[in-house]
Amino acid sequence: MRELLLCAPDYYGIEYEINPWMSRARGAKTDLAKAQWQGLHKTLTSLEAKVELVPPQPKLPDMVFTANAGLTVGQKFIPSNFRHQERAGEAPYFVQWMKEHGYEILALPANLYFEGEGDALFGGDAALFCGYKFRSDIQSHRAVADMLGCLVISVELVDPRFYHLDTCFCPLPDGSAFWFPNAFDEYGQRAIRAHVPELIDVDEDEAKHFSCNAVVLERDIVLPEGAPNLVKSLTSRGYQCHELPMSEFIKAGGACKCLTMFLPQREKC
Amino acid sequence: MFSETIELRGHIIDSLILPKVLDEILKGGGNFKIAQVKIGQQRADQSFARIEVSAESGDALDDLILRLRQHGAEVAEKGDAQLAAAPADGIFPNDFYVTTNRQTFVRIGGKELEVRAPMLDSAIMIDRSKERASTVRFADVRKGMEIVVGHQGVRVVPAQRATSGTDVFQLLNTNISAERPKRVLIREIARELEEARKASGKILIVTGASVVHTGAAEYLVEMINGGYVDLIISGNALAVYDIESALFGTALGLNLERDGLSESGHENHLRAINVVRAAGGIARAVEAGTLTRGIMHACVKQKVDLLLTGSIRDDGPLPEVVTDSMEAQRLIREKIEDVRLALLMGTMFHSIAVANLLPGSVKTLAVDINPAVVAKLTDQQTFRALGLVTDIEPFMRELTECLKTLREGVRISR
Repeated sequence: MRELLLCAPDYYGIEYEINPWMSRARGAKTDLAKAQWQGLHKTLTSLEAKVELVPPQPKLPDMVFTANAGLTVGQKFIPSNFRHQERAGEAPYFVQWMKEHGYEILALPANLYFEGEGDALFGGDAALFCGYKFRSDIQSHRAVADMLGCLVISVELVDPRFYHLDTCFCPLPDGSAFWFPNAFDEYGQRAIRAHVPELIDVDEDEAKHFSCNAVVLERDIVLPEGAPNLVKSLTSRGYQCHELPMSEFIKAGGACKCLTMFLPQREKC
Repeated sequence: MFSETIELRGHIIDSLILPKVLDEILKGGGNFKIAQVKIGQQRADQSFARIEVSAESGDALDDLILRLRQHGAEVAEKGDAQLAAAPADGIFPNDFYVTTNRQTFVRIGGKELEVRAPMLDSAIMIDRSKERASTVRFADVRKGMEIVVGHQGVRVVPAQRATSGTDVFQLLNTNISAERPKRVLIREIARELEEARKASGKILIVTGASVVHTGAAEYLVEMINGGYVDLIISGNALAVYDIESALFGTALGLNLERDGLSESGHENHLRAINVVRAAGGIARAVEAGTLTRGIMHACVKQKVDLLLTGSIRDDGPLPEVVTDSMEAQRLIREKIEDVRLALLMGTMFHSIAVANLLPGSVKTLAVDINPAVVAKLTDQQTFRALGLVTDIEPFMRELTECLKTLREGVRISR
């Protein structure tokens, strides 16, 4: 059974603007956000995932996006170094929780930005795909590769709307993946194609609904609603899609995957 | 040219970061030279690349490096160059750094000094009090001079890759064989000459007696009169046969107008030498009205700088000829300092001597009927060298024709 880390949206809200989706003028509806998060929690639990909860903290509205807590491989946890000061305060709480749950903490040099599972996803031929530029530094990828001893494919993200890797790339258990290719530069696209044997392209309209921001649990895929073509394509490949309303989190630039961190993402590299 | 060494580490091959960085450099108008690449052997092994990046200006380089940093490039740490004292006059310290003819910088006290003037097969002398680095040859090294040893702290700017497709010198060390058509190329060379004539910087012609023997002297005279020549480096023979032909209509006794030897023609070049020696030199012979035509005459009239250096085979020689070869080398070095375009035509020894001393940044054209000579010249690390295997008479005929068309074209358009 997969273990997942979530954080209840008790303090969630749009209190600053650090990506093109966020607008304080167009804030999230608190009750609706809570209901949508409950929906996600319920769906994941129903799929026999063990959901752990890290206590939310006041004044850290984005702590709900646990994918950015760090990257977990086996019992090792590499905490994020957030690029934006607004989110940096989350790090000690995540580290504390992981420590209490028996994880070994591997800290990156403080000068390297790295935003955890949001920018680091295992996939394809067992490589760790890492996005860089908007949030994580490519130099952090090298440090992560050193710590874990794995092959890291660094890809540049070029569309600010898709500022984390998990907003435009979603690996599947059979080595394939679905993605929004235009979120990557030409070299990134080529590097991904070379390491992922089969890629399902998501069109821009559906990508804008954060449809790549999905939680994959073997044959079950939990993703935001609004991607009928992708759902059809995944269903035809034998996946069971669970479409959830995520409007209030998309306002902050996140959805199902951003709200979830795997414990661990992989047992080993 | 400004440059910086960057390093890339990580899975730069699988992530295509290495090709991306190299492409970025070229797209950004810069150039690169890969100094070192270590490719990881196992899947998880990281790779390493050290790359010298260069750009036209310091600002352009800074912008480029800033962009490359985003892809993980780190500027390599630099050390000072190591120096050792010359143990005696004419002797370099062991392990002295041997120069190329490319632009070179030496780091001393954390500061980079440009080496003046870039020249093949020299050492680098440092004058700390004047913060000056200069190339020095065996003849000029003195006991106690500080000479760069080893490679640390020495940075050689990579050969420039032309960014425009219109530069005939864009292909480095290209040789055009005798079988290839040359008309289009010669037209481009004419354009380069016309540009160089208008720009600052000298046009250098290095040539030999073959210009006279093949009947191409009149074309060279046309070029001189057209303002396409600032400096001629040659030997005694060119001047002797040119003057012989001006005075007697023969070159080494061979009649240049009609085919065949002249009566007692073999004496003519010695008589020509005697006339000039008696006049007190070429310029005096022109002033006196004794010498009224030919290349030497044109040089004097157009005030072309003429350097004639001697060889062991010389007859005479003429009074202008510099017979001390070390002194000749020194003079060549001095005179070529602001050469922009060099044409090395139909002479092996003088061409090699000059090519050895020319900075790699000078656009250099080597023309010779012997492919081995052309290959030798373009292999001299003169990176902007273009070689043409052809007889020089048809080459120069075509070239002067093209120059004329260019000038007339300009006149019409005006």
